[in-house]
Amino acid sequence: MSELWDGIAQAFWLIVTLDADLVEITLRSLQVTLTALVIACLIALPLAAILSVRRFPFRRITIAVLNALMGLPPVVVGLIVYVFLSRAGPFGVLGLLFTPTAMIIAQVIIIVPLIASIAHQSLRDLWAEYHDLLISMNTTQGQRIKTLLWDSRRALLTAALAGFGRGIGEVGAIMIVGGNIDHATRVLTTAIALETGKGNFSLALGLGFVLIALAIAVNLAIHWLSHTEREGRW
Amino acid sequence: MSDLFPLSVSGAQVRRRGKVLVGPVDLTLQAGGVTIVVGPNGSGKTSLLKMLHGILRLNRGGITWACGTEDAQRRQAFVFQTPVMLRRTVLENLIYPLRLLNVPKAQARQQAEDWAARIGLSGAEGRQATVLSGGERQKLALARALIRKPDLLFLDEPCASLDGRAMREIEAILQDAVASGTRIIMSTHDMGQARRLADEVLFILHGKVHEFGPAAGFFEDPETPQARAFLNGDIVE
Repeated sequence: MSELWDGIAQAFWLIVTLDADLVEITLRSLQVTLTALVIACLIALPLAAILSVRRFPFRRITIAVLNALMGLPPVVVGLIVYVFLSRAGPFGVLGLLFTPTAMIIAQVIIIVPLIASIAHQSLRDLWAEYHDLLISMNTTQGQRIKTLLWDSRRALLTAALAGFGRGIGEVGAIMIVGGNIDHATRVLTTAIALETGKGNFSLALGLGFVLIALAIAVNLAIHWLSHTEREGRW
Repeated sequence: MSDLFPLSVSGAQVRRRGKVLVGPVDLTLQAGGVTIVVGPNGSGKTSLLKMLHGILRLNRGGITWACGTEDAQRRQAFVFQTPVMLRRTVLENLIYPLRLLNVPKAQARQQAEDWAARIGLSGAEGRQATVLSGGERQKLALARALIRKPDLLFLDEPCASLDGRAMREIEAILQDAVASGTRIIMSTHDMGQARRLADEVLFILHGKVHEFGPAAGFFEDPETPQARAFLNGDIVE
């Protein structure tokens, strides 16, 4: 139990003193996950909208596979990305292994199915509601997708936040493709794993509390910026 | 711009999961006035309107517009029995169809504000459309349809479950639209409303058109026993 209090004290101390290492790995965590989130949203949201609006062969199978991929094991993703980016792999020439870019690629692969599946559920329900109206207005497919994405933006924000949560807390894949290299690819989760391995539980817990606080702060900031939960909005 | 009418419907039928929703329908509609579609529950009124408008795809037969299908689809609008509100403000709901037509933002906003005032929603432009009352939502849906100045407006029981005042306001808007040249095809259960608005009446039963002709003739001397029974308020099988 004392380790828990020590952890809280460590977290408080690290934050108050703006510990240089903590600031560095926190900023790297944010940089990697937010970049992965933006890229994943750019892929997942239009994909979810297309799956809602268009009818094409194997659509149901595509949706089922997407849903199944929500539970994609990060370690396996990390391993596959590792193989592709390693020197002997097809993209080895790019020299991306053990860089933040490799970590971003792994996170994108992990969170795209999650965001797309959650977004698809919201967009599908809205499409059922809007279907006749948008057809009667003689809208193009592009206009329908744009309308659905805009009018579902609050639900899509939830999907994006779920993706952020999965990304910021992810350790298996980024440990493999990033290598947890100090001042290069170390992020909060890999630092926690390292400190735990060293038996330094107080510091590991301290970093864990910083990670939780960071996730809550980003969620609150996005909610505040997007004006959700304000009285009288809907 | 070429004329939208006559609209010729020949052998048109819509089937879903093996069940005939409407048809086969043979019909010719001319320009001008108000056509009221009447019939008992489940007779196919909504399906007929959706078929003519193009929301329901035909399984058989054809629908021919004088100006061609693509042009015709651009020139018509539909108001549903349960108004579908975009999850936006009142003003944004009114601006939306204009922006689809590439009307400049400032002009679209001005027109939307004018329509909001016309339907008694000035001052509520910033409210979410989904929180309006049933009557307000239906008026907004009607304004959103008419703001595009359609040549043809379909309405599927627009006054169902509305009180007398809201119904009167909607009828006034419809009469203005007719006066400015919009052709109306509307279904209703309210025979009083049908008598007030109809120039011609289409009586539908089991998905088929049983009677179609001038309103006065239909109400005074219906041709079929089913139509007579319907007007008498009897149960029509």
